[in-house]
Amino acid sequence: MNDAFFQEYWWFLVSLLGALFVFLMFVQGGQTLVWALGRTEQQRRMLLLATGRKWEITFTTLVTFGGAFFASFPLFYSTSFGGAYWVWMLILLCFVIQAVSYEFQMKRSNVLGTGVYRSFLLLNGVLGPLLVGTAVGTLFFGAEFIIDKQAIVLPGEPPVISRWATPWHGLEAVLDIRNVLLGLAVLMLSRCLAHLYFLNRIEDVEVRSRSLRLLPWEIVLFLVFFLSFIGFWVTADGYVVGQGGSIAVEPMRHLHDLLAMPEVLVMLVFGVLLVLTGLLMPLLKGGCRSGIWSAGLGTVLTVLALLLSIGWHGGVYYPSLADPPSSLTLSNSCSSEYTLKVMSAVSLLIPFVLAYIIWAWRALEKSPIQLSEVDQSH
Amino acid sequence: MEPIDTSLIDWSRAQFALTAMYHWVFVPLTLGLGLIMCLMETVYVRTGKEFWKTATQFWMKLFGINFAMGVATGIILEFEFGTNWSNYSWFVGDIFGAPLAVEGIVAFFLEATFIALMFFGWEKLGRKTHLLSTWMTVLGATFSAWWILVANSWMQYPVGMEFNPETVRSEMVSFAAVALSPVAVTKFLHTVTSSWVLGAVFVVGVSAWYLLRGRHTDFAHASIRVAAIFGLIASLLTAATGHQSGVDIARHQPMKLAAAEGLYEGGQGVGLVGLGILKPGIDWSNPSEDPFLWKLEIPCGLSILATNSPEGYVPGIKNILEGGYVGEDGLPELSAEKKMEMGGRAIEALAASQAGKNEQAVRILRENFPYFGYGYLKSPAELVPPVVPTFYSFRVMVILGGYFIALFAGLLLVGKRIGRWKPVLLAVLLSIPLAYLASEAGWIVAEVGRQPWAIQGLLPNCAAVSKLSACSVQTTFWIFSALFTTLLLAELCIMVRAISDGPDKESA
Ligand code: HEM
Repeated sequence: MNDAFFQEYWWFLVSLLGALFVFLMFVQGGQTLVWALGRTEQQRRMLLLATGRKWEITFTTLVTFGGAFFASFPLFYSTSFGGAYWVWMLILLCFVIQAVSYEFQMKRSNVLGTGVYRSFLLLNGVLGPLLVGTAVGTLFFGAEFIIDKQAIVLPGEPPVISRWATPWHGLEAVLDIRNVLLGLAVLMLSRCLAHLYFLNRIEDVEVRSRSLRLLPWEIVLFLVFFLSFIGFWVTADGYVVGQGGSIAVEPMRHLHDLLAMPEVLVMLVFGVLLVLTGLLMPLLKGGCRSGIWSAGLGTVLTVLALLLSIGWHGGVYYPSLADPPSSLTLSNSCSSEYTLKVMSAVSLLIPFVLAYIIWAWRALEKSPIQLSEVDQSH
Repeated sequence: MEPIDTSLIDWSRAQFALTAMYHWVFVPLTLGLGLIMCLMETVYVRTGKEFWKTATQFWMKLFGINFAMGVATGIILEFEFGTNWSNYSWFVGDIFGAPLAVEGIVAFFLEATFIALMFFGWEKLGRKTHLLSTWMTVLGATFSAWWILVANSWMQYPVGMEFNPETVRSEMVSFAAVALSPVAVTKFLHTVTSSWVLGAVFVVGVSAWYLLRGRHTDFAHASIRVAAIFGLIASLLTAATGHQSGVDIARHQPMKLAAAEGLYEGGQGVGLVGLGILKPGIDWSNPSEDPFLWKLEIPCGLSILATNSPEGYVPGIKNILEGGYVGEDGLPELSAEKKMEMGGRAIEALAASQAGKNEQAVRILRENFPYFGYGYLKSPAELVPPVVPTFYSFRVMVILGGYFIALFAGLLLVGKRIGRWKPVLLAVLLSIPLAYLASEAGWIVAEVGRQPWAIQGLLPNCAAVSKLSACSVQTTFWIFSALFTTLLLAELCIMVRAISDGPDKESA
């Protein structure tokens, strides 16, 4: 197994964590639906109880994603986090307020009042997926950074390797509609998945029928945003790395990459089909409960395929708009072979981690949540 | 080399200190109260007495309130290495990122998965499975402390690495050396045992409040007994591991020890300052007078601590800056100026090696690399950390360490009679903030005492920071201050309310 193998393996793991995170953001989607689906206080509490048992896994996946990215591709971590400062800070802030809200919202003497903690959840629900999606959009369409390793030794320069080329420090990403489209697609996907999750977990006729009424509109919006993103992406120009790290622009580069990796293309198509199947299942089969499994697996496969397609195959996974030669590829941004190998050994624990997560979920979720459970909840 | 804006460095440090100190308000209680909760639930499962179930559930309710804040403040820290210390993240990401990734895979998921079972599983799981979930949650939190302290220790004592001039960064050559570094082991043991002390002080303090109020007295006496036994063991372990931490810093970070002791001129048979008052406004890189207004010394104490011999040599700030004494490795220590010169040479050689393949440049770089970070400094005075906070924090921590031993021993000796002595109960209650003070003071010693280094000897803060405007960092600093302070206030009110509701009331 050579250097490239371990780089691709870690890109796969980081992408898998990212893909799981996008799926698990059904928690965020659910938080935005509490008011639309729950008309009575009891119903809202029931919905929050359902997402409240899962939020920590989503949160932990985000934190692990950060740690894994840092360890395996430190140049991305240092360049993007240090440069697109405002975007990442906003994302972090909206996760900070989520972390306390589930625990504090129903407690007495909670100072801010239940309403404020619930609006924190709403804010996290909307901004979380939107900002994460928009930020991830820059992996597909580029960001404004410059990397100069000489800076650490050059006289007259502050000794900092990565710089951001705009004073907006990441906020300029919203000026590119294609990034925003991805953000909106992720937001709508998180809401669609939340509907499916509630249909699976919640035993309440009113909530279920409202969910079934809203779902078709959410699916349409999701498809509009997602397909526009895909359309822009496959037709966009992309960077190709030449000899000695030089960069050339190639029209429809991403489409060519996909075609060059048929396994990834198949995964993408299959993933999208599974998402669509999962989304349509409850509509076609009168409130069927298992849509979340198909759409969940589909989401993981789709996001995984999209991320693999930009990183594998010697591709540029973080294009620099300000200075194309600074663009990041797996090989110019990864950790040393030794570190990747050591961590690969640690990654063998992942199946055990997955196994106990699944065991724990099943132990806790033997039967759907009913109104009566709300009163005894923690 | 054009210096980076110092206000940017200061604000970035301030933001990291702020977020780390807030985070540390919640972590030790998670570790300490968590273990007490595990012990009580174990007693419940073994005896089947409902009393212990109620007690466990009560402490678990407080654990949950505290835990949420720990999670909220913790996420910032992980990403802050990237957002505010991006150059650092590149320079050492190959080594430093690994413990963080392992922490996520091994520890965080354990914690996050089992905590849901612990809170929501009382009715759904068998007794033993529930007990397992509680232990797993606390084990997850403790594992996570292990890995993050491995990362922190590596910054204090960088081992298991080599600099690679081609990639312009340090790279890991031995994961075992990083993960099992002796500094990491001591730091983990001291941090965790001192957190157990905090948890125990919290439990006896809250119980003392019930006794003061004449409420839930059986529950309070039982809790005091469990926590005092646990606390006494923990506080003795804290003192022992604290001593080992002192030995470690004497070996690897002598400047930190000198600052913690206010030792300007060292020598043989140096005394340990038990108590002391520093003269204000002293320039510690070159004081013109005796820096102490008053001090109470244990003769030869510092020499014994640092070298195990009453006659042992301990360098002071002046000696470290001037060099010339025999160092840990048996060789004469270089002066600060010499180290800066060698650091400058290392940086120049790196520049030369980047300009083209140049074996000689690489050789010069390797020879001088141990002092690489000194090349970024402008004057030896920069090597002196802020002495005043380091000195006083050290005293506060150690004196309180002694006080906690006495407190737990006293509680065990008097047993239930304590219920009659209101002033003592009040003192026990007021010990809760003191435990937090000791714990935060410990981190001030560890972190302020190692300035100006992000990585000891290799990378000073000025070369570690992200290139942002000071104003941006200032803005996020104030946002975090306002947010965390508000949330802390809310947490305190919820906690006080839950405590005043008492153990037999369902959580609301
Ligand atoms: C009883 C005597 C004690 C001694 C001799 C002692 C000694 C030390 C020393 C030398 C350090 C600095 C270690 C470094 O920079 O690497 C330290 C750090 C620390 N101490 Fe203590 N300590 C004592 C008691 C306590 C108590 C009672 C607490 C809290 C309840 C505490 C909490 C901490 C913490 C949180 C740190 C920072 C983490 C670390 O560096 O280990 N210590 N202590």
